[in-house]
Amino acid sequence: MANLIKVGMADYKVGRSPSVLISYGLGSCIGISLYDPQTKVGGLLHIMLPDSNQARASDNPAKFADTGIPLMLYDVLALGASKSRLVAKIAGGAQMFAFANATDIMRVGNRNAEAVKAILRRNGIKVIAEDTGGNYGRTVQIDLNTGVYKVKTIDRGEKDI
Amino acid sequence: MNDEFNLSPIQLDALREIGNVGAGNSATALSQIINKRIDMNVPKVALVPIESVPDLVGGPDAIVVGVFLRIYGKAPGNVLFLLPQKSAFYLVDTLMGREHGTTKSLDFMDESALMEIGNILSGAYLNAFFNFTHISMLPSIPALAMDMAGAILNIILVQLGQMGDQAMVIETQFLAEDDGINGHFFLVPDPGSLGTLIKAVGVE
Repeated sequence: MANLIKVGMADYKVGRSPSVLISYGLGSCIGISLYDPQTKVGGLLHIMLPDSNQARASDNPAKFADTGIPLMLYDVLALGASKSRLVAKIAGGAQMFAFANATDIMRVGNRNAEAVKAILRRNGIKVIAEDTGGNYGRTVQIDLNTGVYKVKTIDRGEKDI
Repeated sequence: MNDEFNLSPIQLDALREIGNVGAGNSATALSQIINKRIDMNVPKVALVPIESVPDLVGGPDAIVVGVFLRIYGKAPGNVLFLLPQKSAFYLVDTLMGREHGTTKSLDFMDESALMEIGNILSGAYLNAFFNFTHISMLPSIPALAMDMAGAILNIILVQLGQMGDQAMVIETQFLAEDDGINGHFFLVPDPGSLGTLIKAVGVE
C-alpha cells in the first residue's frame, strides 16, 4: 500500500517509492514536483509567493519559490537523486476571483508560475509538464513509483501530467 | 514577527466585542432576508499560523462558496464570507423561493444573489467597526468563487504571507435554526490596519 504523505501550504516533503506526496487546494499557489525516474526519489513543494526579497522576513523558506526550490532540491539530492536526471512538473497559479481592479497581489498566480520556471531553469532542472493558470483550484499528487503527477479539480475532472 | 500582533487581553476583548456587534448586525440582516432565526457564536479573534487557516473551514479540499470583498479606507483589509457548498445551495434555494434541494449548481442569478448577501453582511458588519472607531471601511463590489477552501483562502493568505507567517483573523460562524446554513465570516485586516483600529478604539 502506497504511503500517502500530505504537504501543507508553504511546506515541502521529499521521499522515495512507493510513497505518494499530495497537496490539497492550491489556488494561486504552485505545487512543484521533482522526480528522479531511476532512483524513484522525489519531492513536492507548495509555495505561496514568488520572491522572498519582496516580503518581510519569514521563518519559513518553503513559502517562497526562490528559497523553497533550492531547499527541496538539496533534500532530494541528499536522498540519492541525481541532479542531471531530475525533472520538474508544476501545477497551480490560478486567479481565483475575477476582480475588476485586481491589485498585483491578486494576480500573484501568474507571477508564481513565471518565477518557479525561471528558478528551476537557473538550477538546471527541466520542466517537463505544466498545468498552470485558469480560475480554479487544484489538488496535486506525485506518485514516486511512476513519476505521474496527478492534478485534480472540482469541475474539470482530473488529469495526469 | 510583527509587533502589532502583540495585543493585550483588553485589546483582544475590544476587537472581539466589536466583532460581536458587527456579527450581530449581520446575523440580523441575514435573518430578515431569509425569514429564519440565525444563531452566531462569539467571534474568534485569533492569531493563527497562515497555513492552518483552511482548517478553520473544514480543510483545504472542502468545497466552499466564497464571497470576497476588499476593504478600502484608512484600515484596509479583506472580507471573506465562506459557505460550504451545501449551505450555499440551501441559501440560494431559500432566497429564490425554491424547494430545498433544487439547486445543484450555481447559475448567474444564484451567484448574483449570493454576492448580494455577502455585500449586505459585510455592510452590516463593517458598520459596527465604524461606530466604534469612526474609521470608514468601504467594501469593494463583491467577487464570488466556488472551489476548494484552500484555493479560495489563497487570496487573503498570500497578502498576509508577504508580511509575516501569522494571520489575525476575526471569525464568526452563522447557523440557521434548521441547520441548513453554516457560514463563516472572516475579517482579515491588512498588516498595519490592526494597529490603526486598536488606536481608534482608544484601548491602550
